[in-house]
Amino acid sequence: MLELRHRGGGPGGAGAPPPREGEAAGGDHETESTSDKETDIDDRYGDLDSRTDSDIPEIPPSSDRTPEILKKALSGLSSRWKNWWIRGILTLTMISLFFLIIYMGSFMLMLLVLSIQVKCFHEIITIGYRVYRSYDLPWFRTLSWYFLLCVNYFFYGETVADYFATFVQREEQLQFLIRYHRFISFALYLAGFCMFVLSLVKKHYRLQFYMFAWTHVTLLITVTQSHLVIQNLFEGMIWFLVPISSVICNDITAYLFGFFFGRTPLIKLSPKKTWEGFIGGFFSTVVFGFTAAYVLSKYQYFVCPVEYRSDVNSFVTECEPSELFRLQSYSLPPFLKAVLRWETVSLYPFQIHSIALSTFASLIGPFGGFFASGFKRAFKIKDFANTIPGHGGIMDRFDCQYLMATFVHVYITSFIRGPNPSKVLQQLLVLQPEQQLNIYKTLKTHLIEKGILQPTLKV
Amino acid sequence: MTELRQRVAHEPDAPPEDKESESEAKLDGETASDSESRAEPAPPPASADDTPEVLNRALSNLSSRWKNWWVRGILTLAMIAFFFIIIYLGPMVLMIIVMCVQIKCFHEIITIGYNVYHSYDLPWFRTLSWYFLLCVNYFFYGETVTDYFFTLVQREEPLRILSKYHRFISFTLYLTGFCMFVLSLVKKHYRLQFYMFGWTHVTLLIVVTQSHLVIHNLFEGMIWFIVPISCVICNDIMAYMFGFFFGRTPLIKLSPKKTWEGFIGGFFATVVFGLLLSYVMSGYRCFVCPVEYNNDTNSFTVDCEPSDLFRLQEYNIPGVIQSVVGWKTVRMYPFQIHSVALSTFASLIGPFGGFFASGFKRAFKIKDFANTIPGHGGIMDRFDCQYLMATFVNVYIASFIRGPNPSKLIQQFLTLRPDQQLHIFNTLRSHLIDKGMLTAATEDA
Repeated sequence: MLELRHRGGGPGGAGAPPPREGEAAGGDHETESTSDKETDIDDRYGDLDSRTDSDIPEIPPSSDRTPEILKKALSGLSSRWKNWWIRGILTLTMISLFFLIIYMGSFMLMLLVLSIQVKCFHEIITIGYRVYRSYDLPWFRTLSWYFLLCVNYFFYGETVADYFATFVQREEQLQFLIRYHRFISFALYLAGFCMFVLSLVKKHYRLQFYMFAWTHVTLLITVTQSHLVIQNLFEGMIWFLVPISSVICNDITAYLFGFFFGRTPLIKLSPKKTWEGFIGGFFSTVVFGFTAAYVLSKYQYFVCPVEYRSDVNSFVTECEPSELFRLQSYSLPPFLKAVLRWETVSLYPFQIHSIALSTFASLIGPFGGFFASGFKRAFKIKDFANTIPGHGGIMDRFDCQYLMATFVHVYITSFIRGPNPSKVLQQLLVLQPEQQLNIYKTLKTHLIEKGILQPTLKV
Repeated sequence: MTELRQRVAHEPDAPPEDKESESEAKLDGETASDSESRAEPAPPPASADDTPEVLNRALSNLSSRWKNWWVRGILTLAMIAFFFIIIYLGPMVLMIIVMCVQIKCFHEIITIGYNVYHSYDLPWFRTLSWYFLLCVNYFFYGETVTDYFFTLVQREEPLRILSKYHRFISFTLYLTGFCMFVLSLVKKHYRLQFYMFGWTHVTLLIVVTQSHLVIHNLFEGMIWFIVPISCVICNDIMAYMFGFFFGRTPLIKLSPKKTWEGFIGGFFATVVFGLLLSYVMSGYRCFVCPVEYNNDTNSFTVDCEPSDLFRLQEYNIPGVIQSVVGWKTVRMYPFQIHSVALSTFASLIGPFGGFFASGFKRAFKIKDFANTIPGHGGIMDRFDCQYLMATFVNVYIASFIRGPNPSKLIQQFLTLRPDQQLHIFNTLRSHLIDKGMLTAATEDA
């Protein structure tokens, strides 16, 4: 999330607060008695729960990863503006990269989502290592990555296999993998679990349990959400683009509104956020979402569900746009009629949904950002990592997106479409032949009743 | 999980040893026996010795080591008897018991978290933990109820709406909790609050998902609930016995009182026990049939034609055993073969759940999860091996026994768009023709 910078202050103040805050936060912990009396390493880590936060190592001063080119170009400006320019340039770079990948297609987008997921996982796990100083538990790195692999295998098998149904039917081994997918995933996970139990070392129990839990919570957050993003993507690229752009727009416009008009603080957790920024961001995001939905709804490329065609061996987005994406006339309510003097307006129904999406992005999305801010304060880190100059790590950019991905997925399944047709087909093909026959007869009767199927059909 | 007791009677340190974290003697029973122990007259308040007065008086003249042994033994029998009563009372009561066990386990683990992090003075957090428990339970029960009680749900208008928008409602409830958490972050307690948040979520993941898998297994047929749980209990008891009498070689550093002899003896004994138990149970419809909700009688019924799994079949005995046993063929239920797989998992992998719990108790320097059951510890102590078992049975059923639920598929089909329905119908038709189930000539409208 972009932070509102104080209009008067500079970025130099960012360095000083953490230690002071740390000591203040540590004060409460100092008064608590340590219940661990043992003298081994477990004791040291056990004390982490109750001793002062100032004992937690600060992240070493970040290496300045700004490329040389930028530094030379901006060397003439004062440090405040220089930082502003770096952030601005990086923002534009990221946005253009985003457009480029959209142009390259859904497969590249999927790869991008996967890389972001892996990087976020890595960042959070690294923070865990640093907090618990558990570099000297080599098993644990292996186990964390192994669990990431298992969970990804499980999710990809569940979701992506549905979409590749035609491709999968051809290959025998894949059929076997699909049929027993849950069992295989569970066996893989169990192997990791047993390895964890066998790797418990006498003096490091608590540390190992902490890292185990840390890994699992991280997996829960990053991996499930990234798979929901990919499922949204398959529904139609517009369901991927509009929510993400709404969140980005909300960040930027809330920042700008706060910069120019900000006065009243919003929440103690992020003192630089203001109510003016929040509300201004809300209205601009709704307008932006509305406009973006209007523009994107015209193109089949964005609107159609992504399908895998085995003949072409690639993803195609070609279809008859559904009703959501066909212009319809809506009559305006009377007071708007008086203002605008139009009788009706042509809208895509999707634009109405986009208002719901934008509202969520502006009102609830920020809570994801507050959660990440709280997390950073709790563990005394300034940024999740230093990957992007001026912005921090990948997690810093994506913290608001997470809740959004789940919301869009739940929204789609509840309001837009029912179950996934390819999944229904997949499950039908797995049934026993007699059951399939029974279902076939039932379906046939139903379809003929509804007039979808002609009774003259021979078979 | 059972342990080897040193055969040499080290009496003096036996009483404190019995109470230590290593002594995970599991003469296990099943289910919520805290109601059982509270029913006993005048339970002593808040002490390590929760033994009821009756037992105390009856055993007062025995030495303390044997007294402890007797207490554990009696409680074990009490828990097993309670288990049988519950089975007799039917699926509804079983579901309620599973729910109570789940809540108690959650409570125990969360209380440990509070103790570890000294976080009693964060009153918001208790509320939030219970709220999250409620949300996740609501989500899971809604999914289950929608599947199994479909006709009931369709009848009642409010239920129908709740079921249609179930995911959205659950997500909203969860989000509310999430936002409340963010708003409740207090300046000096960030880390603590994040720890408790993480602790709550991991506990929910472990406890709640597993208990719902148990209920899914139950709906498949009570035998799928009873046989796995009994196998785990039997493995505990048998491994303890074998370890007691024959134990010499230590198994794992984490639990020094477990031995290889106990492990292997328990394995074979459990497989045999599983075979016998499934033979006995497969004869009765009330165990074998899927639990269904009957709209007319408004209750659960277990009445059906037993599937192939539960009909006696002839199997040829392989040559090796033929010469030993002298039989050519044997009549078995196919389910017994599955029970071998279940028992094997219970004896080989189930103990890892116990090791995990032991490691957890060592890590957080606690002897038992709680003091609910005299002589045994808390509910979690009794159920730590069951968790992996529940997931395994569920995955096993989904992969090997039954496929997807046909009626559910039809429901899903009916909600699709017409063009999607047509597409699926045509694909199914060509698939059936390929398989030879349908021929173009014999098919009639």
